[in-house]
Amino acid sequence: MMKSGLNLLQSLLALLAGGMALCGLVGAAISADADILLTVTMGLGALTLVRCVFRPISLWLDGLASVLIALALVLALPRGAAMPGHYWFAMVSAWGFAWLFVDQLSGEIRRGAVPRKTMGLLIPAVFGVALLVVWEIVTRGANVPPVLLPAPSAIGAQLANSAPILWADFVQTFVKSVIPGYIIGCLAGLVVAIAVDRSPFLKAGLLPIGNFMSALPIIGIAPIMVMWFGFDWQSKAAVVVAMTFFPMLVNTVAGLNAASSIERDLMRTYAANYWQTLLKLRLPAAGPFIFNALKINSTLALIGAIVAEFFGTPVVGMGFRISTGVGRLAIDLVWAEIAVAAVAGSAFYGVIALIERGVTFWHPSVRGGRA
Amino acid sequence: MSVTSITSSTTGTGVALPVVKAEHLGLTFSTNDGDVVALSDVNLTIEKGDFVSFIGPSGCGKTTFLRTIADLEQPTSGTLEINGQTPENARKDRAYGYVFQAPALYPWRTIEKNIALPLEIMGHSAQQQAERIKRTMDLVNLSGFEKKFPWQLSGGMQQRASIARALAFDADLLLMDEPFGALDEIVRDHLNSELLKLWDRTKKTICFVTHSIPEAVYLSTKIVVMSPRPGRVTDIIESNLPRERPLDIRETPEFLAIAARVRDGLRAGHSYEEVV
Repeated sequence: MMKSGLNLLQSLLALLAGGMALCGLVGAAISADADILLTVTMGLGALTLVRCVFRPISLWLDGLASVLIALALVLALPRGAAMPGHYWFAMVSAWGFAWLFVDQLSGEIRRGAVPRKTMGLLIPAVFGVALLVVWEIVTRGANVPPVLLPAPSAIGAQLANSAPILWADFVQTFVKSVIPGYIIGCLAGLVVAIAVDRSPFLKAGLLPIGNFMSALPIIGIAPIMVMWFGFDWQSKAAVVVAMTFFPMLVNTVAGLNAASSIERDLMRTYAANYWQTLLKLRLPAAGPFIFNALKINSTLALIGAIVAEFFGTPVVGMGFRISTGVGRLAIDLVWAEIAVAAVAGSAFYGVIALIERGVTFWHPSVRGGRA
Repeated sequence: MSVTSITSSTTGTGVALPVVKAEHLGLTFSTNDGDVVALSDVNLTIEKGDFVSFIGPSGCGKTTFLRTIADLEQPTSGTLEINGQTPENARKDRAYGYVFQAPALYPWRTIEKNIALPLEIMGHSAQQQAERIKRTMDLVNLSGFEKKFPWQLSGGMQQRASIARALAFDADLLLMDEPFGALDEIVRDHLNSELLKLWDRTKKTICFVTHSIPEAVYLSTKIVVMSPRPGRVTDIIESNLPRERPLDIRETPEFLAIAARVRDGLRAGHSYEEVV
């Protein structure tokens, strides 16, 4: 332990990962049907225990052990039956090695021993892949009924098989409902916020109504919007408008007051008029607030459109597919749809966040400096 | 305590209006804890080309007086004229440039764009803007930093940029509210001597708020000593130092004599107890 160069948590993880590999090895020796590749990789994993008595080993070896054991385990998974008991040791061992690897890697990045730019991406990637691998092993290894939780590989196969359907749903929901609704809702929130800021009357009258609107349950307004705007994308866009309007309103009203009094006084000494002050000072200063609303809305909009489709659509759309998929027990398809929605939502958020970095580059939170 | 009367420094030309003329000026803020008298019976005349310092402890109303000249605060009694106009009209005429305690540069604009800000608002052509940006940046020795953002510069350079911004539209009156208060003494000395050179070159009228006695004596042709509760003028000292002032003038007997008189003025206003 003293020779391993690890902290307490890492030492425990090293013991766990190596120990589990050893247990798996013993299990394989007793068992009748041992997979050769898996046995070999577990042997490798068990070998890492030498670091306790001999010398520290590279974190990359931990990473390698994790990848090899996980790979061998996934390949060795039996079809349509629960896996042998000692395979579970292998899974815990692979998971332990992965954690140990990531923990050491983040330490190295903090010390500046490895470059942050490239290696920083490795940590979330390892985390995501580990999650998928554990999911795959648990669902297939424990023979979980696909109706409860399909394996990632089954979802992946469904994604590939029904790509045309998923694409049509994506166009209907994302391109036709989310994007127009998002743009209209955010623009309306921005314009109304400027009007509210200008007029005390509107501030007293409109803000409470905005508040009221935000409290409306989306489940309640979606069917009404369907009645008003019909079954097609227009009613979904209307729900998205209703959902995105309020966050933009509140954030922009707050942002318009973000400019400091000294910055406003400066505009006054130039005898600048209202619009000059708005365009050259208050809107730029409100930028970080507005982008906050844009980011919140990017995820809200997708949720709103999908939920709204539960209340009547033409026979296409992500929400429609999910609600009918559940009814037909086509759970693979539901999960594939969820995966598409998650990727689309993350990409949407990512694009907004990228634009934010470009526009509010000057803000301390973006440039990483002090105010 | 009686208030020192107006210094009558009418130089005989008769035609030129004083740049600032305050008569019995008073300003009372109403707050939740009752009224606070910020300025009481202030009488002061500032002639063209003067460098006037306002000195006094916190709460003596020196900043308030400057803000009143700038029409950022409204007096509640007395009269105040800037170039013979009301402060509001003078502000709308862009009669003055104001330098605040903090640089107040907009972080989303580069230094040259910050200096262009008043020019954009006042509707100067792009060509005029470029020419004035170059001239004022030369004036404050910031050439070469046009494309930098404010947060990439030191505090002293930021404050120089804010002075350049106040100079860019060529107002004859420059109001400066403790512009160097947040800077260290070495930078401050440097900027003080640069400011004097700039004043000499541009022939502007400068009102300068400070709470440093050496700074006030070094810079000014006229020192207005103020005291708090209520904010009022206790002494107005005309400086007889030459216009050309090297930094070591601060060791001469003339300089020390004026500094002593300022200190006496502050003490007479019972303001030493207020200084912590």
